[in-house]
Amino acid sequence: MKHKVAVTVNGHKHEHEVEPRLLLVHYLRDVVGLTGTHIGCDTSQCGACTIHVDGKAVKSCTMFAVQADGRSLTTIEGMAKGDELHPIQQAFWDEHGLQCGYCTPGFIMAAAYLLEQNPNPTEDEIRKGLEGNLCRCTGYVNIVKAVQTAAKTMSGTTAGKTQVAAGGN
Amino acid sequence: MRVGESVRRPDGAAKVRGRFEYSSDLHAPDMLWGATVRSPHPYARIKAIDISAARAMPGVHVVLTHKDVTGRNLYGLEIKDQPVLAHDFVRYWGEAVALVAADHPEQARRAAQALKVDYEVLKPITDAEAALAPDAAKLHPNGNITRQVKIRHGDQSARADIVVTGEYEIGMQDQAPLGPESGLAVPEQDGSVELHIATQWLHVDQEQLAAVLGLPPEKVRLTMAGIGGAFGAREDLSMQAHACLLALEAGRPVKMSYSRTESFVGHVHRHPGRLWYEHGADRDGRLVYVKARILLDGGAYASSSTAVIANASCFSCGPYRVPSATIDGIVAYTNNPPCGAMRGFGSVQNCYAHEAQMDKLAAELKMDPVELRMRNALQTGDKLITGQTIDGPVPVAELLKSIAAMPLPASGEGKGGDVDLTKLPGGVSNTTHGEGVKRGVGYAIGFKNIGYSEGFKDYSTAKVRLFTKDGKARVEVHTAAAEVGQGLVTVQAQIAGTELGVNDVVVLDADTNVGSAGSSSASRQTYITGGAVKTASEAVRDRVIAMARAELRAPSGLHIENDNVVTGTGKLVVPLATLLGDEVIEETREFHPRQTFPLDAETGQADAHMQYAFAAHRAVVDVDAELGLLKVVELATAQDVGKAINPQAVEGQIEGGSAQGLGLAVMEEIQLKDGVIRNASFTDYLLPTILDMPPVRMDVLELGDPNSPYGLKGVGEPPTISSGPAIAAAVRAATGRPITRVPIRPHDLTL
Ligand code: FES
Ligand code: FES
Repeated sequence: MKHKVAVTVNGHKHEHEVEPRLLLVHYLRDVVGLTGTHIGCDTSQCGACTIHVDGKAVKSCTMFAVQADGRSLTTIEGMAKGDELHPIQQAFWDEHGLQCGYCTPGFIMAAAYLLEQNPNPTEDEIRKGLEGNLCRCTGYVNIVKAVQTAAKTMSGTTAGKTQVAAGGN
Repeated sequence: MRVGESVRRPDGAAKVRGRFEYSSDLHAPDMLWGATVRSPHPYARIKAIDISAARAMPGVHVVLTHKDVTGRNLYGLEIKDQPVLAHDFVRYWGEAVALVAADHPEQARRAAQALKVDYEVLKPITDAEAALAPDAAKLHPNGNITRQVKIRHGDQSARADIVVTGEYEIGMQDQAPLGPESGLAVPEQDGSVELHIATQWLHVDQEQLAAVLGLPPEKVRLTMAGIGGAFGAREDLSMQAHACLLALEAGRPVKMSYSRTESFVGHVHRHPGRLWYEHGADRDGRLVYVKARILLDGGAYASSSTAVIANASCFSCGPYRVPSATIDGIVAYTNNPPCGAMRGFGSVQNCYAHEAQMDKLAAELKMDPVELRMRNALQTGDKLITGQTIDGPVPVAELLKSIAAMPLPASGEGKGGDVDLTKLPGGVSNTTHGEGVKRGVGYAIGFKNIGYSEGFKDYSTAKVRLFTKDGKARVEVHTAAAEVGQGLVTVQAQIAGTELGVNDVVVLDADTNVGSAGSSSASRQTYITGGAVKTASEAVRDRVIAMARAELRAPSGLHIENDNVVTGTGKLVVPLATLLGDEVIEETREFHPRQTFPLDAETGQADAHMQYAFAAHRAVVDVDAELGLLKVVELATAQDVGKAINPQAVEGQIEGGSAQGLGLAVMEEIQLKDGVIRNASFTDYLLPTILDMPPVRMDVLELGDPNSPYGLKGVGEPPTISSGPAIAAAVRAATGRPITRVPIRPHDLTL
């Protein structure tokens, strides 16, 4: 039997009738049509599917769509403001924090949550904060660099912080 | 965008925005979803297939078996031995037997479960040695030896004062690209098919698909879809033929997307192997001979096994002067999952063995292991064990010197009161606060070939187009080369930008409308496709200069800089856009590197390889020997890249490649029991996380190879070769245990 879900995704309201077993990640990709949230493992290891649910980083393959009913979601597509990249997106690009880029949306969403909790993390804190995300290409060195660079940019202005909190609406 | 600059990836903006379209994101109106019925047995005879129940399931449009394969039901990169859909036998667990297309992926999967196959289960051969036994069942008509390579170099009866022997074992590694296999096949009215696919080599897919589908190649068109990593996993066909067969039969687009579990059986793996070595040296530590037997398990089908065993044999002794060598390399068919290409390609397995042997020899001689290696270091002009004289820079001693001179990380970090558990073996499991933890340092160096070998025709094609757009010069580069993440799009743009002096360079999507680029493998694309882009750009440039001279009666010595035609002294002659007007200048060129030759069947002697690349690693590890836990504290590496076309991307390749080597050394192994994969998920197949992978210190040498474009050397694979063996050496140094097997297991450290 289908259930109704009403969610806000990147500031836009969506309402759909979905099967209760539908995972949130499939809802976002196949129903809402936002394919920037990737699936790397189906078993909650890789973090490629990380999004924000009411401001918290969540692996969207660990939640059912119906559990998101009434919540506000931010996906990678909601991070940039028009043509202006979010500082974390900018830093991943500038610091070569990506190769194939499949893991990148998940890392950016996890990093955004990390920097919101801890705007000035040490390298160790960055590594601990991102241990739930796998990258097969980079060896992580430039991912750490990207988050450090983003932290610097974001502490220079308050804009970054507001953007994260507002979920890029 | 010039050669030698750290330019950002042109695809980076789309990738960080979540707008880059990966093959798994593809969608067509009215498309169906495909699913694969796979064998639950590693070896069985198919007695009957009953599709009726599956066909009757809701939403199902098509069910296909081997009977429906419209062309030749056999394919393979080197030997055509693998059915698209199994007909008489299944030879490995997870082999494709039938296909379903339905409206919804869940319907397709349920129908696949409903399909009935009647098997006569046979006893599988799951060990390569057992496959070689004279009475073993023949898995293929020509027997179970896929290829045997013999190298006989120098005095075959050489004797030495110091002799060390060892036996080593390597586990089966998975490439585990983060994006699982997927693609979309779209049938056309005229009976042709358009496939959007993430692959390492469009044209070899096209060639294989045409044969399998029974269509002429021009009726099978391929366009590259976004690739979520490759590392060898996308060399062979996975779902390509399946999606095309379903789409052609259904008359509707068909999408297939593997789950992570299916991905583990959907592509080949790194060959597991057993290696027996004997090294003889004089009392000064100079190598006299090396004898080795290398046995790789190729699994059920050949894939690229024949080339992998050639590499494993050719590079079996490491980058050392070896006057006499007796090497026997064998790759055998078994009923394990098929093995083929993975980053490092044969050189990874043997590096563990030759480097362990060098350490053993050093211990026997009471010599410093780095000193022993330097004493035997290969140099330019030396003869390899294949008889080839090695030319170009051969910086074995320099690389070793570099890593040995790098500062070591502070020892004993984290011990005492204020411990940071994540820095210790065991991590937050809180197994130690530093007591019982021993530190070890280990060194390793490896080498391998760049590009194809043994006479395989290696080339790439590039089309370069120069025209005016919005009043400015623009260059378009078109090749069929796969951007798998390594940064080839950036390199192509940099090369065209450099040769043509134009700032606006666009790299078009790869497809089969241009000639073959060869595969994004063997660390060859920057060299070969880079070479093709350079040659085509030069041809365009020559035409521009000729045009300028003819039209403006300009002097000789002109070149293009910053969108302008300028004189030898940099004085403006004419803006490029003005000169071009409506003219479009287009040139297509193939680039062929120097020729190679097949190994002699009896002696393995030949100029078999085109270029050689070297990397060295130093690893620092902490080991809790009581519990068998270990932590890699630091990796340091030195590599000669000839010329760094994009330094930032080169560093990224070295870091990522080192991480994959670390994975094989300490955690990554496909666990097989009687031919069945027991850990086909990221829950149980462990990949290095950001906490497992330490920071990397590196020294990138640019020594310039006189034979290659810009002097560059292939970069991608060497870091994956020596990082793991350095870790194994460090663990040996910390524990005094032999460590003859990777991945290293807790009981290798304790029992
Ligand atoms: S797909 Fe959700 S964690 Fe991997
Ligand atoms: S960039 Fe490829 S998985 Fe991270």
